[in-house]
Amino acid sequence: MKASTAGYLFAAPALLVIAIFFGVPVLAALALSLTDFDIYALANLDNLRFVGLHNYLALLQNPLFWKALGNTFYFVLVGVPLSIAVSLAAALLLHSRLGRFKPLFRTAFFAPVVTTVVAVAVIWRYLFHTRYGLVNWALSFIGIDPVDWLGDPHWAMPTIILFAVWKNFGYNMIIFLAGLQAIPEDLYEAARIDGASTWRQFRHVTLPMLGPVLLVVAILTLAGYFQLFAEPYVMTQGGPLESTVSVLYLMYEEGFKWWNLGNASAVAFLLFALMTAITSGLLWLARRKGVE
Amino acid sequence: MSGSTAMDVRLAKTIVNGLLIGLAVLSLAPLLWMLSVSFMQPGEASSFPPPLFSSTPTWHNYDELFAKAGMGRYLLNSFLIATFTMLIALLLNTMAGYAFAKLQFAGRERIFRVLLGALVIPGQVAMMPLFLMLKQMGLINSYAGAIVPGMAGIFGIFLVRQYARSIPDELLEAARIDGAGEFRIFFQIVLPALKPILVTLAIFSFLGAWNDFMWPLIVLSDANLHTLPVALASLSREHVQDNELMMAGSVVTVLPVLLLFLVLQRHYLQGLLVGSVKG
Repeated sequence: MKASTAGYLFAAPALLVIAIFFGVPVLAALALSLTDFDIYALANLDNLRFVGLHNYLALLQNPLFWKALGNTFYFVLVGVPLSIAVSLAAALLLHSRLGRFKPLFRTAFFAPVVTTVVAVAVIWRYLFHTRYGLVNWALSFIGIDPVDWLGDPHWAMPTIILFAVWKNFGYNMIIFLAGLQAIPEDLYEAARIDGASTWRQFRHVTLPMLGPVLLVVAILTLAGYFQLFAEPYVMTQGGPLESTVSVLYLMYEEGFKWWNLGNASAVAFLLFALMTAITSGLLWLARRKGVE
Repeated sequence: MSGSTAMDVRLAKTIVNGLLIGLAVLSLAPLLWMLSVSFMQPGEASSFPPPLFSSTPTWHNYDELFAKAGMGRYLLNSFLIATFTMLIALLLNTMAGYAFAKLQFAGRERIFRVLLGALVIPGQVAMMPLFLMLKQMGLINSYAGAIVPGMAGIFGIFLVRQYARSIPDELLEAARIDGAGEFRIFFQIVLPALKPILVTLAIFSFLGAWNDFMWPLIVLSDANLHTLPVALASLSREHVQDNELMMAGSVVTVLPVLLLFLVLQRHYLQGLLVGSVKG
């Protein structure tokens, strides 16, 4: 057997699976988003009609879509920076020479990452229970009255954000930790000789050296946070007052609760376009600032 | 002078270690409380102030889950789906990753670039047509339907390719000169050399399939086929008040993956770094 034949033969199974079960569906989704595929078409394909951009235009006039978009942006704009900040702080703590039992702490910080979202969301719902939750009990000691965390439209999204940060910070922490370990010690040595304080060392040595890592982390985290779904599904079911309906939650309800698969595909594509635009914007900004 | 710097160092030490402990408590407290509440009598956790430990620990909630709520079935479903996804993904991704790293074929680099580009497409975009496609194939409400999208992955191929590039070409050439076939080379030389990354890939696939929620929720509407996360989500909608029962359900769902992670931690973290920093 020639080496090139072998190459095709070895790559083919995986490539076929990806092409058939991912590539084709993505293209088909674009086509589907231009049709009025609904429960009648599901029963009989004769009921399917081409509607052009109608789904997209209708979405742009649908208040629930804008609400979902706003909620998702809220989650991303607060959650991503907070998540990255906690990850970086945890990585700095683990990197500090003053800390002890570091492998143990690293494992503890990372444990929430491998847990199942649905299961820990169930725990979180109970922790933030208005009457019996540990959180309100702890707050009662500093004189704060019980908050209806998941039942109050103002608090539901912040609670979900806290949950996401708790669940995810360990992931980026590991990436930051590797980045910190790659910074040459001489740079800190030189800064110390110049009399730079710990803060100035962080500002002028650590942060610039972490630039590329920060960019990767930001892009990965953004992409992940835009895909908010399981948390509201379990914790709030989109409520109260639709304050936690995310774009993917809307897509799921449109597609698999009401069977408007054409409309749901349009929602998915709008989200994809948005994610691409924001990621490209971030890359452009980074290039302008000279971060690779 | 030296006295005050010694004081400073001791203060800094206290702060750093204090913060480490505080963060560890925040990370683990919800999980420990889940475990504690899962052993409480029904209704015991619905009181104020919330009890930290049960006064009379019981296995009742676990009995209830397995005897009445069908938890054994869900556990089996999750286990089978995650295991088969892992085995198939392991084979397909390893073969492809090795091909992209070590075997020459026309269009190799171009195909690989297309794959990397496709990483930006969120998987949910494909879900609606995939559902219709699997419905045509009669795979809705079957294990196969849940396994199909995880059978091969761009990330897995990438992971293997990065690692396989370190296999010396001379080793493969020598085997070819000795007359070994490509499949024999793959199974007898390449696979053993890739062992560490295979462990990493296996954990990633297994955890990914075990923790996945949206796709099994869509494709497995038959309650008999529910995986643990799907079953837990629907149980939690029915049993809003039964905190003890729900915590036991969470323990059953989370414990297997937590244990797997604790045992194979080193491999998992290594894979995470290959996938993000070096990418």
